[in-house]
Amino acid sequence: MNLTSLISKLHPLERKVLPFLKSEKELLSLVKASGMQEIEVMRALQWLENKDILHLSTETKKVIVLGKNGLKYKEEGMPEKKLLKVLTDKFQSLSEITQKSGLEKEEVDACIGILKRKVGIELQKEKELMLKLGLQGKKILSEGTLEEQFLTKSFPLELEKLTDVEKFSLEELKKRKELVSTEEIRKVTISLTELGKKVIAVKLSTGEVLNRLTPEMLKTGSWKDKEFRAYDIQAQVPSIYSGKTHFVNQAIEYAKQIWLEMGFKEMTGTMVSTSFWCMDALFVPQDHPARTMQDTFFLGGKAEKGKLPAADIIQQVKEAHETGGKSGSSGWKYSWNEEEAKRNVLRTHTTVLTSKTLAQLKDKDLPAKFFAVGKCFRNEAVDWKHHFEFNQTEGIVVDQNADFRHLLGYLRQFFTKMGFPQARFRPSYFPYTEPSLEIDVWHQERQEWVELGGAGMLRPEVVVPLLGKDIPVLAWGPGFDRIILEYYQIKDIRNLYKNDLKLSREVKVWLK
Amino acid sequence: MSNIIINRKVLEQSVGKKLTLDQLKERISMMDAVLEKVNRDELEVEVFPSRPDMLSEQGFARALASFIGAKTGLRNYPVKKSGLKINIDASVKEVRPFTACAIVKGIKFDDEKITEIIQLQEKLHTTYGRNRKKAAIGVYPLEKITFPVTFKAEKPDQISFIPLEADEAMTGAQILSRHKAGREYGALLEGKAKFPIFIDAKNEILSMPPIINSQLTGRITPQTKDVFIECSGFDYDALSICLNIIVTSLAEMGGEVYSLELIYPDDKKISPDLSPRKMKLDLTYVNKRLGLSLKEKEVIGLLEKMGFGYEKGMVLIPPYRADIMHQVDLAEDIAIAYGYENFTEELPNVSTIGEEAPLEKFARKVREVLVGLELMEVKNIHLLTELELNKRMNLAAKLITLKNALGENNTLRNSVLPSLLKNLQENQHNLYPQNIFEIGRIFEWAEEAETGVGEKDNLGIVLCHDKTDFTQIRQSLDALMRSLGLEAVIRDAKHASFIPGRVGNIVIEGKKVGIIGEIHPQALTNWGITMPVVAMEMDVEGLWGLVNKK
Repeated sequence: MNLTSLISKLHPLERKVLPFLKSEKELLSLVKASGMQEIEVMRALQWLENKDILHLSTETKKVIVLGKNGLKYKEEGMPEKKLLKVLTDKFQSLSEITQKSGLEKEEVDACIGILKRKVGIELQKEKELMLKLGLQGKKILSEGTLEEQFLTKSFPLELEKLTDVEKFSLEELKKRKELVSTEEIRKVTISLTELGKKVIAVKLSTGEVLNRLTPEMLKTGSWKDKEFRAYDIQAQVPSIYSGKTHFVNQAIEYAKQIWLEMGFKEMTGTMVSTSFWCMDALFVPQDHPARTMQDTFFLGGKAEKGKLPAADIIQQVKEAHETGGKSGSSGWKYSWNEEEAKRNVLRTHTTVLTSKTLAQLKDKDLPAKFFAVGKCFRNEAVDWKHHFEFNQTEGIVVDQNADFRHLLGYLRQFFTKMGFPQARFRPSYFPYTEPSLEIDVWHQERQEWVELGGAGMLRPEVVVPLLGKDIPVLAWGPGFDRIILEYYQIKDIRNLYKNDLKLSREVKVWLK
Repeated sequence: MSNIIINRKVLEQSVGKKLTLDQLKERISMMDAVLEKVNRDELEVEVFPSRPDMLSEQGFARALASFIGAKTGLRNYPVKKSGLKINIDASVKEVRPFTACAIVKGIKFDDEKITEIIQLQEKLHTTYGRNRKKAAIGVYPLEKITFPVTFKAEKPDQISFIPLEADEAMTGAQILSRHKAGREYGALLEGKAKFPIFIDAKNEILSMPPIINSQLTGRITPQTKDVFIECSGFDYDALSICLNIIVTSLAEMGGEVYSLELIYPDDKKISPDLSPRKMKLDLTYVNKRLGLSLKEKEVIGLLEKMGFGYEKGMVLIPPYRADIMHQVDLAEDIAIAYGYENFTEELPNVSTIGEEAPLEKFARKVREVLVGLELMEVKNIHLLTELELNKRMNLAAKLITLKNALGENNTLRNSVLPSLLKNLQENQHNLYPQNIFEIGRIFEWAEEAETGVGEKDNLGIVLCHDKTDFTQIRQSLDALMRSLGLEAVIRDAKHASFIPGRVGNIVIEGKKVGIIGEIHPQALTNWGITMPVVAMEMDVEGLWGLVNKK
């Protein structure tokens, strides 16, 4: 930075302080000389130090300062001397002496103790305490005590520089009330750098630089022909935070946008569902492990069971399970139970929306493409990797001409747009799809394939009861939370819904 | 999902080909299984529930050998007649009506093989056997048994034998109450007047399925060479497949299979039946579904890679395959053999119009307005506790609960405000003001709904800082209303979560759409919040209805 630019950025406080630095090399004297507040001077000095104009060195010292009584005695003389002055070689009573000396009773008591030790007084106990001058009394009066001499020094005194005699006096004085105390003080010494020496050689304008631009200046035009102080625009400023949508919702919005661009229509629906739509209509046999209490949330009490749909759909689904019905399958070969199908669950997958959508679909609606993004539930203990609520994205294509290659094509497109161009599809199993596949994406950091979720073509046992005939239906339902965690670099899944405002305020927005 | 442990050397021996670890990993993944872990010579493989035949080392090796082309096509398992009989008494009809049985001879049962057969048995029990409900398997040393064996049901008190892992004879009832296996699987016999047993010609009880074998006649040892195997359950075809999976695994170990005659009260069966099942394959169907144009000859090659045979338009399905219900299942196996990685992916040109759900779109607009008011959106879970929904809110609503939640969160929220207060409680160490909102699902009783539970998306807003008051939340409401082109009035209301006299219903065009006010200090104290809070909650669909009308 050149000198002119540096000077133009000086703050008014810095400008005020600089001229005094020619003579003053120490904070306190600088404060005195400049007539500014200490805090203002200090701030200016620190800014100047940041600009490499000067160096500050701070040392702390122990010093002795006078207390209330110390100041008083320094000015008026020590009380023991006042007391001695009124004493003679004859005994006088305490009350008389107190009155004559003009000292407080407390002070007199203290002085008696001190003078007794120094043999300055002699005591006699009669009706009342009687005092007269002692052996050393006159000497003390003429020469003074060590403590008295100590008080005549100029305070604050540096503790380190005291002589042994002075240290003795200090200890004596410390025993007395509010005479002296030791304190720590900071001594700030200022030394100009080479740059600093150049800066103070320049004559600074003080009054003419403009600080804040005000409406007044604009109205009067007073800003004209004046100079604006340049700010230190590289300095940090306090943080403010914007309002924001939740980062999970930002990711969901993005996924939705991808499906919409590809011509998919959104499916929405309830989170509570009968097992019928969530399982039976999807050809999940009633004794399937996924339908046990360990995996699925069942509703209790009055909400335990719901109603089943129209009788013909029930019949079709029942037949598909028991014998395969019109689908050409052999079915699961067991006795399908209507009551089991009525049990309400929290949806275990968004595929429940698919089964409901298919049941509504008419021939004239084809070909049709649908998607959903939504919360699903599984009965699971919560830890950093598992949560009982999770997001899934669902998609289906119902098209007489759809085939397995199209399924792979749609998935490739979606995952590429989600930021995973390197995806692989491998065989897998779901009760409602055939062929079935699992989507793995390549994790660059971990150097391995990471499982993201399942897809497949719905089985005829699912499609025939719902649509009335076997039309190819491509379907997928990968989990979504892993993608979100990955993007935001969040390690603990609990943080997705903990709503820690610090995290929410500071997390970057979804920038895809 | 079930994981099994496979010895890599045994696998390589059975497959007859050495593969590098990377090749193994890749080939197993593309075959319809997952190589989960490798510890030195042990492979941990995840087998899908559709393929119980891969739950043994032999079964897995058989599939892999085919898939990599080392030994393809249908394997033939010869069955000799043993001339022995099993009598099935009519008494089992009520409790466990079917059994399928076999004898396998000439196996040298070292410790490794015993461990393996137990692993297979246990894995079949938990997966295909649905924890022994659908199928329970018993394996017995043949030399301890005197034929004919009878499968019958007896009263629990009249059954007495020494079960495995016990020192003394126990009755059926005692086994259920005192034996480890009895306590674990006893529910399967609960309430039955009679329990099923296998009993031999000398009146020795072999086992009480599906619970436990006898200590005397039901334990395989390294001295065992010949075994009797039975599967019991409710569907003969399912039991047959289960039996075939075990028997063919033992045959792969070098065993010779012998059949028995099963004398049912009204039927006779020869078991096991290891002849392949036949299914017609429509080549056009397969090609259409997969988007391929395979010729018959190619399809035959692919089927053979998956262990199938083919004869004049009919696929010969190996007796151990449990998952072939429809030719679509064959189509999948053909796709796997073809290789998922070899399909040419295609994004078809199908013209459909994308459409966002109207309410979702509306919610997005509401969000935009609220973010403009510098509010932070939060997103909460739907399951809370009764304490949070009722007590802390000064309320006593009848809530919708779950039957079997593992954790303490077992209640569906009926309002978003408790979630928002929970957020404020948990954020007290963070910067204020904390002005937050959520648009989220709530659950209410609704008799007319299919499930009996009604669901709505509600908007909740809370403003929390030291100088917050009713005016501010009212300003937020007004700002939102202005943006939506609506006009709301506030009508006095009572609500125990709010300070009396500072709470009102939000009414638009005569319709109540929500509530607004200052949260009661008692409720804040219940939550442990020491900062004032003002709040409102509105039905988003109700708002949308009003907006849409205009």
